[in-house]
Amino acid sequence: MTGPGHGRRGRWRRLRGLVVKESLQIFRDPSSIMIAFAMPMILLLLFGYGISLDARHVPVALVIESQSQAASSFAGSFSHSDYFAPRVMHDTRSARRALVDGKIDAILVLRSDFARELQRPGGAPIQLIVNGTDSNTARIVSGYAQGAWRKWLELSGLATGTAVTPPVTVDQRVWFNPEVRSRDFLVPGLIAIIMTLIGALLTALVVAREWERGTMEALIVTPVTAGEILLGKLIPYFGLGMGGMVVSTAMAIFLFDVPFRGSFLVLTVTSALFLLTALGMGLLISTLTRNQFVAGQIAIIVTFLPAFILSGFIFDIGSMPAVLQGLTHIVAARYFVSILQSLFLAGDVWSVIVPNAAALAIMALVFLGLTRRFTRKRL
Amino acid sequence: MWIRLRALIIKEFLALWRDRRSRFVVIGPPILQLLVFGYAATFDVGHVATAIYNEDGGRAARDLVARFVDSPTFDRTVTLQRDSRIADVIDSREVSLVVHIGPSFSADLAAHRPATIQLIVDGRQSNTALIILGYANDVIDTFNRTWTDSHGQRGPPARLVVRSWFNPNLVSRWFIVPGIVALLTLVVAILVTALSVAREREVGTFEQLLVSPLRPFEILVGKSMPALVIGLGEGSVIVAVAVLWFGIPFVGHLAALYAGLLLYLLSTLGVGLMISSLARTQQQAILGAFLFIVPAIILSGFATPIANMPDWVQTVTLADPMRYFLIIVRGTFLQGLPLDRFLSQLWPMALIATVTLTAAAWLFRHRLQ
Repeated sequence: MTGPGHGRRGRWRRLRGLVVKESLQIFRDPSSIMIAFAMPMILLLLFGYGISLDARHVPVALVIESQSQAASSFAGSFSHSDYFAPRVMHDTRSARRALVDGKIDAILVLRSDFARELQRPGGAPIQLIVNGTDSNTARIVSGYAQGAWRKWLELSGLATGTAVTPPVTVDQRVWFNPEVRSRDFLVPGLIAIIMTLIGALLTALVVAREWERGTMEALIVTPVTAGEILLGKLIPYFGLGMGGMVVSTAMAIFLFDVPFRGSFLVLTVTSALFLLTALGMGLLISTLTRNQFVAGQIAIIVTFLPAFILSGFIFDIGSMPAVLQGLTHIVAARYFVSILQSLFLAGDVWSVIVPNAAALAIMALVFLGLTRRFTRKRL
Repeated sequence: MWIRLRALIIKEFLALWRDRRSRFVVIGPPILQLLVFGYAATFDVGHVATAIYNEDGGRAARDLVARFVDSPTFDRTVTLQRDSRIADVIDSREVSLVVHIGPSFSADLAAHRPATIQLIVDGRQSNTALIILGYANDVIDTFNRTWTDSHGQRGPPARLVVRSWFNPNLVSRWFIVPGIVALLTLVVAILVTALSVAREREVGTFEQLLVSPLRPFEILVGKSMPALVIGLGEGSVIVAVAVLWFGIPFVGHLAALYAGLLLYLLSTLGVGLMISSLARTQQQAILGAFLFIVPAIILSGFATPIANMPDWVQTVTLADPMRYFLIIVRGTFLQGLPLDRFLSQLWPMALIATVTLTAAAWLFRHRLQ
């Protein structure tokens, strides 16, 4: 067994040949390059600007049943707030109608006896009605309203010299994101979702296509081993995926001004691990299905939606039922989202990075190992 | 014409049905996803892991700590002994909130000096952080009220009474699950249609279809039917599960929901067929499907409100059929939409359906090179 094509040198040559073949295929069909570079740019642009939980200029109706000094100072505190775009209405009926029509998100009602009630021991009630159809926005809006109300209490107390400070005041600190910009935590998560898509899409279709066209059988009867075929596919797509990662990170930092407090070395290593997992998942799907139609459908179902909903990118994993929290452990994006949020906002927090990176490494090994087994078994 | 059309429709159904795996893909996952996402996709925050660092041995401080520990929201608490541990527990995401009570808290409170309590939250998840701060502030507000009442002090001159319409307890599942109706029917409609023409084109059978006596319009109907029927069926199942299993109230008219669903399906399968007939290969068709589905979901208002988006993105969302159907489906479930608001969601979908279906029929013939 010393002829050409055997031994270590032969293996390298075969592998190089395969990598060159795959790379040529990539360059001839520009759709792979589109997936790796254009897709992250377009998606990050749309989502980076599109996904925001920071409500600004929330349309609210201020119903002031009778004018008074106190009522107009209260209305003023809402007009000056950046969070609200109030419009004054004089009857509750039209305000309610506007709420049902979705023209406004909330109604504030100051009743006609507001000024008088202020002097009473119990205090005057200010009614806030929010549209609960969008429960999260409703909660945010009522939080903003509470803030504006507290501020008004403070200012009006100072103006009249009868400041009523509550016994316990709160000094709240939001670490890593003091301005509470939702974009700062969403953009790192988006990178994880986009890389999941790209990694799985790049590979889910290629192998399925080769099986469908019969070129896989042609490859298998040559002296190359299953492992070599896989490596030959993995290496060029890995390169493409890392390129996409560089594009996404650069956009996050320079376009969206998300701070990056970790080190690029850790980012590179963990991204490589994640990409191997995503590519491995794609390869496994296409090896198992051997059919582009089904591979494409499965790739859509098992990658994007779980990465979007079960990764902790936007919905908090700690608040899910225990069974689903367990289920999130098989979603690779979950680990990468956690790593990226820490790397971008907090820095190299080893207690977050090490366990999550280890989980990614295990998943990559499992996916690639299974793919290799199934490629061989189906010879 | 009817015989031809019927034969084609039966053929399309068979093509989809014969393949065991694609049959499974169309039926299995949506139901599973509905259950998983229905429980997982929640903005409600519960079981907040909290660390308490109490430097004050006084009774008032102990009382306040007890309020946090007893609250159902902050049910997983750890006690810190040293200042330096605060950074550790937050950094490692062991806890999301640290409640820090300084050494002079009880004394300040007794002496009617402002007593300060420090709340530190993990801002890596800023939405959760805001909600946690809201809950913590509620605990402190209650403490303040009890304190002022029992010490004969005057409370604030005005108080805010918050009421929420259509969803009194602001359960986020009521918001998310109706949205999943729109989400999953979109995915199914696109999956079924996006590959249908591309696959036939790759195999060469589409040319045979074109030279048959069938007119492009008839091919269009034949290709749309399976997606329409499957979409309507799955939509109905999801609505039933939402009402019967998740207990989401349904206060609107079922007819309004179905009118919306029908136009929504027509507009999405129009997009799917357009993608399919534009694509040269199945690979391109899948890519196209992805490139439509992902932005369509994210920009629809499913998870984050359209009103928060910058103006140019809001303009882009006007072309997204899911945006309109989301308003209809959420409206019919929770509040019962006024007629004019309902109609103003219907016609844009009708417009999108007309444009995409016409384009698809035209592309059937003219993409033949």
